[in-house]
Amino acid sequence: MTAMHTAPRTGAGGNTTAHGGAVPAAGAALPSERDGGRRRQRIRQQLIAWAFIAPVAIYMVLFYAWPLIRNLDLSFRDYSLASFITGEAPFAGFDNYIEVFRSPTFWPALWNTAVFTFGSIIVQFALGLALAVFFYRRFPLSTTLRALFLVPWLLPLLVSASIWAWMLNSDSGVVNAALAVFGIPQVNWLTSPQWSMVGVLIANIWIGIPFNLVILYSGLQNIPSEVYEASALDGANGWQTFWRITFPMLRPVSAITLLLGLIYTLKVFDIIWIMTRGGPGDSSTTFAIWSYRLGFGGGSPDLSPAAAVGNLLILIAFVFGIIYIRTQRRTGDEL
Amino acid sequence: MTARAKRILTSVVGVILTAIMLFPLYWMINVSLTQPDRLRKDPPDLFPVNPTFEGYTRVVQDQLPYLFTSFVVGLGTVVITLALAAPAAFALAKLRPRGGRVLDFVMLIAQMIPGIIMAMGFYLIFYSWGLLDSIPGLILADSTLAVPFGVLIFTAFMTGIPDELISAAKIDGAGAWRTFRSVVLPISRNSVVTVSLFAFLWSWSDFIFASTVNRGGQLQPITIGIYRYIGNNTQDWNAIMATAVVASVPAAVLLVVAQRYVAAGVTAGAVK
Repeated sequence: MTAMHTAPRTGAGGNTTAHGGAVPAAGAALPSERDGGRRRQRIRQQLIAWAFIAPVAIYMVLFYAWPLIRNLDLSFRDYSLASFITGEAPFAGFDNYIEVFRSPTFWPALWNTAVFTFGSIIVQFALGLALAVFFYRRFPLSTTLRALFLVPWLLPLLVSASIWAWMLNSDSGVVNAALAVFGIPQVNWLTSPQWSMVGVLIANIWIGIPFNLVILYSGLQNIPSEVYEASALDGANGWQTFWRITFPMLRPVSAITLLLGLIYTLKVFDIIWIMTRGGPGDSSTTFAIWSYRLGFGGGSPDLSPAAAVGNLLILIAFVFGIIYIRTQRRTGDEL
Repeated sequence: MTARAKRILTSVVGVILTAIMLFPLYWMINVSLTQPDRLRKDPPDLFPVNPTFEGYTRVVQDQLPYLFTSFVVGLGTVVITLALAAPAAFALAKLRPRGGRVLDFVMLIAQMIPGIIMAMGFYLIFYSWGLLDSIPGLILADSTLAVPFGVLIFTAFMTGIPDELISAAKIDGAGAWRTFRSVVLPISRNSVVTVSLFAFLWSWSDFIFASTVNRGGQLQPITIGIYRYIGNNTQDWNAIMATAVVASVPAAVLLVVAQRYVAAGVTAGAVK
């Protein structure tokens, strides 16, 4: 290790040797042979590089691509319990998709997915941004408190969902007890169709605040302090500074935060499943919940329609995923 | 108001905000210590009157096998993640493979795939491979939560290692593997810690894979332990919350031991 630390000095211009570490050995050969040697060298380099990558590449094919392909295949077949035994399922074309579109659950699930996703990310973002601006003014304990804010994000989702399920319990929940102090009558957060979506939204927003806080805080840190000094000299007040400087300069980071939040929220399953199972009725059923309920929700598994619902979800996720990657490419340098 | 007083006032506001944010955690601990017959009291006790450890006794009686399973699955996930992600990231960062950018892109996309879709695919595949309801199957499924993240974090870190160091090792006669093992890996210790912590935590927290590819398994992780409690006896929130407290321990440890890595992990996952 120590010998290696001193070595760079002898091997000056280390950057250029990346491709030709063993060049001295080939140095004695004739120019034409040297070219061939270099090409062989480059091929060797590539082989070595891909030897390192091969395990992950194979893994990605086996454990990402293959499940997705099986899932796609599944959605175009009529997979029944007998299929598990025979290993065969008749081709069904778009039947599963048609069944899904015609299902009375389709429109409520689409609406709920939109409400849950946008409701979550907008409130998470607003609260996360407010907190990031708050913590940006350093004050005694600020680092410790900011770290504590991360806790909800690290807890197993199942734990958070259980806590909120009990806190929002109609009869014995602490939330209703607190509302009763202000004379508000009992709200059936998780057991009434009007409120179940609000109930799961509250829990999901709570879980998402830390993520927004951390990313937006790091975005704030990247705004050069000269800008603030200049605005202070011009006599801007806090409110003006926020809307005229902080907010516009945070635009790229905000876009990424919102898009990532969107992609993550589309996937949310645990929280809703634990708190309401998508009910009562379909009142809190999103696409993720619907897919799981068809496939594994008890009773006989209806894997093919479940896969069709899942593929619709993935289509939505991919659209936003591509927007995210394009946004990130464009703003990557500014971060 | 003096600047000092203002700063202290800000701290007070900060403490109050944090208290509001962490109230659900307090409530979890409070309920875990509440006597079962006082659970349905209206209004509920704001702090445990006559605290009881009955809930925790139940955890020890019922949940130890679940906790142990989660621990084993978590470790397995960490091993797979490190073994696959670190070498690949080294190649992506330092060996300039052709098609490396495509792989980077695949890793980004992979993280966006909803778990339920993976779960259904795994269910069929594991069925034909005989991995359904087994611990190795669950470890493999859980590892998909962390491998792409690991590759991205390691690549981001290893790109920052000076090229001079790599070529120096080469001049000293070290092959690519030697360079990776003896030079790159030791320097990357921090990112190894970050990736391991997240891999463990995500596997520990997983519910969707446990409840699908391992739904009939003999050995079940702690998330299923809690889920069964909730399903079986909704009356027993004292024991449910005690289990939740125990299941939260790894997250707490992670935050105390590795706070700066956690924030780094959140931002790196998003920005890099």
